[in-house]
Amino acid sequence: MNTIAELFNALLFDYTLRTVAMGAAVLGIVAGALGAFAMLRRQSLLGDAMSHAALPGVVLIFILTGVKSPIVLMLGAAIACGAGVLLIIAITRHTRIKEDASMGIILSVFFGFGLMWLTWLQRSGTAGQAGLNSFLFGQAATLLVADVIVMAAFGGVALLVMVIFWKEFKLLSFDRDFGAGLGYPMQGLDILITMLLVVAIVIGLQAVGVVLMSAMVVAPAVAARQWTNRLEHMVALSSVFGALAGVSGALISSLARGLSTGPLIVLCISAIVVFSLAFAPNRGLVWNAIQRRRRRHQFRDDRVLVSLYHMAQQHDTLSHPHSARAVQTMHMRPAEVHSSLQTLARRNLVEPVNGNQWALTPAGIAEAEKHL
Amino acid sequence: MNAATNSTNTTSKTTNKTTEVTRDQPSALAGVTPPPTHVTAHDTAHDTAQAIGNDTVPDARAIEVTDLTVAYGERPVLWDVDVHVPQGTLMAIVGPNGAGKTTLIKAMLGLIPVAAGQVLIYGQPYSEQRHLVGYVPQRGSVDWDFPTSVLDVVTMGRYGALGWLRRVRNSDRELAMQALYKVGMQDFADRQISQLSGGQQQRTFLARALVQDAQVYLMDEPFQGVDATTERAIVQLLKELRAAGKTVLVVHHDLQTVPEYFDWVTLLNVRRIAGGPVDEVFTDENLRLTYGGRVNFLTRSPQPAPETDVPAPHNVASDKTAPER
Repeated sequence: MNTIAELFNALLFDYTLRTVAMGAAVLGIVAGALGAFAMLRRQSLLGDAMSHAALPGVVLIFILTGVKSPIVLMLGAAIACGAGVLLIIAITRHTRIKEDASMGIILSVFFGFGLMWLTWLQRSGTAGQAGLNSFLFGQAATLLVADVIVMAAFGGVALLVMVIFWKEFKLLSFDRDFGAGLGYPMQGLDILITMLLVVAIVIGLQAVGVVLMSAMVVAPAVAARQWTNRLEHMVALSSVFGALAGVSGALISSLARGLSTGPLIVLCISAIVVFSLAFAPNRGLVWNAIQRRRRRHQFRDDRVLVSLYHMAQQHDTLSHPHSARAVQTMHMRPAEVHSSLQTLARRNLVEPVNGNQWALTPAGIAEAEKHL
Repeated sequence: MNAATNSTNTTSKTTNKTTEVTRDQPSALAGVTPPPTHVTAHDTAHDTAQAIGNDTVPDARAIEVTDLTVAYGERPVLWDVDVHVPQGTLMAIVGPNGAGKTTLIKAMLGLIPVAAGQVLIYGQPYSEQRHLVGYVPQRGSVDWDFPTSVLDVVTMGRYGALGWLRRVRNSDRELAMQALYKVGMQDFADRQISQLSGGQQQRTFLARALVQDAQVYLMDEPFQGVDATTERAIVQLLKELRAAGKTVLVVHHDLQTVPEYFDWVTLLNVRRIAGGPVDEVFTDENLRLTYGGRVNFLTRSPQPAPETDVPAPHNVASDKTAPER
């Protein structure tokens, strides 16, 4: 309890932590929302390829300009991201290589160049290159208020564009051909939403890093899909999950020295994903298992009820009682008959008679006739 | 309807001049349904033509596809195809797998690049008449686990009329609801689309096309994977569309039902083998030419239509737009 109170205290009054948490929240919101569209368009992996492809852009623009301001580095990242996407599209369209393979090619080639230039830069001892390798795994602690403002500005614009073209993006994601038939330029919308995804990825690189950024695109969307069947709810929920993971990651990393924020954010969102995959109603694994079990029991109960009915038909009244033993002879698993009878008794469909016998109630007769 | 169909010769290519005069034909049926305002709005010059009525202007070409050629790389998928459909006709497009039926529809809609040819809708290029054309894609072309409801999907049919930036209004949802009533899906409006059966998915797509309030409908296998009840419901719907003066082009697989469901038929196998009124062109001979002469198709057998395997285009680029599923 105490630690939690302290954490919130720190969140409110610790300047650095507050900045980091805000930055993480912004990237979670933006990546969550746009990641939801990416997932629905089966482009989750594209997010991964794009974030890796950003690294050479960051390094190269620093080599060229010698400037390390976040806007300049983001610009470099965005250019490399965009170039990577265009190359993936071009490779897929003009060769026989399928999209997954072309994403793999671009991811590794771009990332390879990025790493090479980065290590070369470090060895050469160029002045001021020190912060660059934080783009690899992210270093949220280095976020300044100015960085967060830049992130929020670009992210805000991206989200605004998403809202403005909501209807069109929905059409693009669900039925591209139909949208084209309506006269919308689907190719252009495709490029636009991919550019928005570039923005979402680029603003998160400094905090989470190129290696883990794709998790912030994929994971919140996967978790959100589990809980809702409405696009608007899914996108909103995905943002909430992203923000939640961002803030919790920042808080947890502040608990001890040496805990890196980026990986902790990713671990938090992973925890949300695991929980959602297991427990979400209708889609969760645990939920489904419970439903299956319930249906199986229901089916068994119905059959016991019908057995009682058939046996009573041999007598002058349908409420003629029989022993559990007699019912058991009609079932494959006699042991389960008893628990079914108990359930049916709780539902007032059967009632015990003379201690060890069971008879259908009027409600039970009606229910049994439904299942004949 | 027959007045229009009988006197139209499919094989001849009429000049655009003739169709120009008659492209307001839907309004001739104003007694049946109110004429769609967008047809007449931009074309008041032809008001007199409507007054003459269907019988005196028999050559109302709703769809004119001329010399359409589509190629994936070196390989032609459609070669020099002509399809002329008079207004108020239900036309089936039949042919073996890989014959280019879906490609034909997609090319007509401008979804895939064409190597040659033109598509006229009521005498004007398709690009200018887009709002007159409704499209029912193959059911399998979308992800039915998309997080959205039936009503939402049907409302998408209104997006074209809405245009950029405008939000969906309640009146749009009401139109969508009416369309759901027409296909008997009103009770499923709020259902998540992944919970639909194949037939219900198909009817959802049909409702979405109805909401478009088009004059010409292009439907890609609306009967695929639906049960007998749904099939009857769809046929009923097609006949209502025809009665309202709409023109419907349907990619169809079941040869047995062609004479029963459709007025006209186009037999397609990369080239157009034959096209015209069913009783004229739907012959054993033409079917043999289309399918490669393996089976007697018109002998009433309980089996579904035979599917001849024509090798599908094999290069990578074509996989995404392969003519058949």
